[in-house]
Amino acid sequence: MWGNSFRDRMAEQRLFRSRAIFMTIFIFVLLCILGSRIAFLQIVEHQKYQDLSENNRIQLRPIAPTRGLIYDRNGILLAENIPSYSLTLVKERVNDIDQTIDYLKTLIDISERDEEQFRKRLKYSRRPYAPIVVKYKLDEEEIAQVMVNRFYLPGIDVEARLVRHYPEAETSVHAVGYVGRINEKEAQRLDKKQYRATEHVGKLGIERRYETELHGQVGYQKVETNARGRILRIIEQVDPVPGKDLVLHLDQRLQQAAAKAMKGYRGAVVAIDVATGGILAQYSNPSYDPNSFVTGISHKEYSGLRNNPDLPLFNRAIRGQYPPASTLKPFLGLSFLDANAVTWQDKVDDNGWYKLENDDRLYRDWKRTGHGHVNLHDAIMESCDTYFYDAAFKTTVDNISPFLAKFGFGRNMTYDVPNALSGLLPDREWKKKKRRRSWYAGDTLNLGIGQGFMLATPMQLATATAVLASKGKWHTPRLMDTLAGESQIDDSNALDDIILKDPKDWDGMFKAMAAVVTGRRGTARGLRRNLNFSMAAKTGTSQVVSIAQHEEYDSETLAERNRDHALFIAFAPLENPSIAIAVVVENGESAGRTAGPVAKAVMQEYLSGAQG
Amino acid sequence: MAGTDFSRQMNDNGDQDGFQFSQFLSKRFHIDLPLFLLLLLLCGSGLLILYSASGQGLAMVQKQALHYLIGFTALLVAAQIPPRLYQLLAPWAYLLGVLALIGVLVLGVSGKGAQRWLAIPGLPRFQPSELMKLALPLLIAWYLATKGSPPKLFTLAKAMILIAIPLVLILKQPDLGTSILIGASGILVLFFAGMPWWLIFSMISIVAACAPLMWFFVMHAYQKQRVLTFINPESDPLGSGWNIIQSKTAIGSGGIEGKGWLQGTQSQLEFLPESHTDFIIAVLAEELGLIGVLFLLTVYFLIIMRGLYLASVCPSLFGRLLSGSLIVTFFIYVFVNIGMVSGLLPVVGVPLPLVSWGGTSVVSLLAGFGIMMSMHTHKLK
Repeated sequence: MWGNSFRDRMAEQRLFRSRAIFMTIFIFVLLCILGSRIAFLQIVEHQKYQDLSENNRIQLRPIAPTRGLIYDRNGILLAENIPSYSLTLVKERVNDIDQTIDYLKTLIDISERDEEQFRKRLKYSRRPYAPIVVKYKLDEEEIAQVMVNRFYLPGIDVEARLVRHYPEAETSVHAVGYVGRINEKEAQRLDKKQYRATEHVGKLGIERRYETELHGQVGYQKVETNARGRILRIIEQVDPVPGKDLVLHLDQRLQQAAAKAMKGYRGAVVAIDVATGGILAQYSNPSYDPNSFVTGISHKEYSGLRNNPDLPLFNRAIRGQYPPASTLKPFLGLSFLDANAVTWQDKVDDNGWYKLENDDRLYRDWKRTGHGHVNLHDAIMESCDTYFYDAAFKTTVDNISPFLAKFGFGRNMTYDVPNALSGLLPDREWKKKKRRRSWYAGDTLNLGIGQGFMLATPMQLATATAVLASKGKWHTPRLMDTLAGESQIDDSNALDDIILKDPKDWDGMFKAMAAVVTGRRGTARGLRRNLNFSMAAKTGTSQVVSIAQHEEYDSETLAERNRDHALFIAFAPLENPSIAIAVVVENGESAGRTAGPVAKAVMQEYLSGAQG
Repeated sequence: MAGTDFSRQMNDNGDQDGFQFSQFLSKRFHIDLPLFLLLLLLCGSGLLILYSASGQGLAMVQKQALHYLIGFTALLVAAQIPPRLYQLLAPWAYLLGVLALIGVLVLGVSGKGAQRWLAIPGLPRFQPSELMKLALPLLIAWYLATKGSPPKLFTLAKAMILIAIPLVLILKQPDLGTSILIGASGILVLFFAGMPWWLIFSMISIVAACAPLMWFFVMHAYQKQRVLTFINPESDPLGSGWNIIQSKTAIGSGGIEGKGWLQGTQSQLEFLPESHTDFIIAVLAEELGLIGVLFLLTVYFLIIMRGLYLASVCPSLFGRLLSGSLIVTFFIYVFVNIGMVSGLLPVVGVPLPLVSWGGTSVVSLLAGFGIMMSMHTHKLK
């Protein structure tokens, strides 16, 4: 093998060396290519990759602001934020969602409702890598179960977040409203930037009306994350600006008093602070717990509320439109006087009915036998219909309707009560337009006793009563008193103050309404017992034309639901009124026995509290 | 004899003491001191990069240090073995390698979609293709050395068949990267033996012409995907393009001076995949910048130069061919790996030699250097 000649070996070595030199050059060139490639990336394209690398690790995460709190006038919390532990899932990090949920079910109790809600949220999830709640309100044992098994549950975490809570629940919901998860429609309407981290939005009531103020401003966190999206450190933070706290005129004690007094009734109570127009009470019975709406109400629970014949979701205080019936009489009386159609002295002989000329129809008084000779004072006290038929006919609709409008009938005067309805104040023009008929004298008679086409909400009745109690001074009814400690008085959309031709008529009406309670024949004389304050009031009994609802009654409830609605308006104390109130008890029949005591209880609570 | 004397004189480039010490090591322990020191430098740097790339995992660094220890032991042992013994072993090593490769196909263990591992009871799990990386150049060098240089055409043809057998077996696993590297190590022997240029160029032309056919008949779906990703990595940024985009981002964002050791965001925050194995150079480029990369390239260049020098002053044809093939194969590893990580070449699973994490490749590479030292330091008898 080594037997080659010396010359051959030299040749072999020369051949190898030439190849080795070639290889050296070749390798050097290739290494230079590699070097310049790296240099190209690191010098020429450095900025581009620098940015890419920064984008890789730096993420801007929005931080939801803390929602403002809502207090009543005495500092009682109506809406707060409480920490709640939620089980969350990050869609992008879970391989098989069904399998993960099944595994979770072996650890903790996940109800059908939870799962149904979770699937819904999963569908509407907006941001990539945003945790989606699987179950709210974990207890400590559940938290432990999940944390122990976290290794087997990638993408699953337990998160503490603030959840809206309404400590006063049923008694405050018809004023405060509630928040709920942002739905698709709302997501389009809301400011995308401000709501990037927010999950809930005001759906009803104050929560909806002052959404912008309560929400606050979103904050941002510049965070460094690793490739799996885990936050490693916070580089920079712009703190969110928490929402502003609201203080309402609402008096939670009155809400509770109203709820207690209204127990077993369907109806509403609205009370207004005469001096400011602040809404002291806005309660509708039966009510419901808003807390179940915050984290998503189950289908079953919701349809239970919807199909309840007592309509708990129906906010009667602002959306229940009833014929005001005799509670309209003080306002009608003032309209007669102001139109110079009657004087306090004019008397009508009431035989129990009234008849128009050229018309055979009898317009009956509620009292078959009649009230005899009555003037306006007596007609208010005894609620004499015949007097009002006669006076209304003399005054005519053209004077009555515009006068009633000054008290806010026929329109929604509230400043910050969303969804309040405006009732109905009929006049010639309205009838021609909507009913395509001309106005008949009979329509005027019906209007004269607050029936016929006329409709008003408890809110409107309370507002008108407050204006009456302040002798024509207008304040827009409002729920909010202060925002972040600052008083917010804006009466710009209030109506003009009512100036009567003879201001003494106010006092006359006060006296007549006081007699409703104190008079021997007053329709609310039953309230006199244990009454430790003076009040002016008016009862009303409206025939059930039924508030358009689509319910099916069984025969047994039919009779009960056909009974008249009981209405009651009042203000107190008589000398210097501070509270005005309107109460409606559906199918309550006798206002003096049902609605009256409710109003009395609420006013008593207010007046005793105001002094103590 | 004259050749060996000549080589000793060429070594005379240090001071007298160092030269004597170097000569002593060379004679007594068959070690080439400059190459040995360069390898130590490379491995030491490798440990520093690995510490960062593994997320400051000391355990991994310790294990890799153990790999190096075994590797350098293998180097020392391999250097003591006289070239004659290698010549005797060459055909048997090759035969054993081919049998093991067949074994892999029949009863191999799969990992990552390919069958590459052979688990024989009582032996650690190993990849027979690693054995072939040494066995094939050994065999071809032995075969051509017996035939003399330059080889005749018929000899070349027979050698090519010997190269083709393991190549096809490794392709079947499938492992395109390794089969190309092993094929190259065989062809390089032919090149150094004096394969005519016209044959070299016509072979290159044939390979170029066959590339489209490979696409349709040889390449697997995942290999095709790699090529497509290479052409346009942004087409699937979160899937197959992720690796290359992230490694280019790591390199580019490092700039000239780098972000500092252990400060690379791409690697420390786990955006860079396989950061301790195939993509380890991206960690270096990100944290130590162009300066670090150029340093590493220089170390590689010096090792390769020293290797080529040792090969060219080797007393035997067998030693020259084998050493030349081994050192240039080493270079191919470096080139393919860095080319792949920097986006010049498609992604093929080739580690950065002696720096990437991994026991088998460290040991077989260092053993290869041991063989080179043996070829150089043993006198002809």
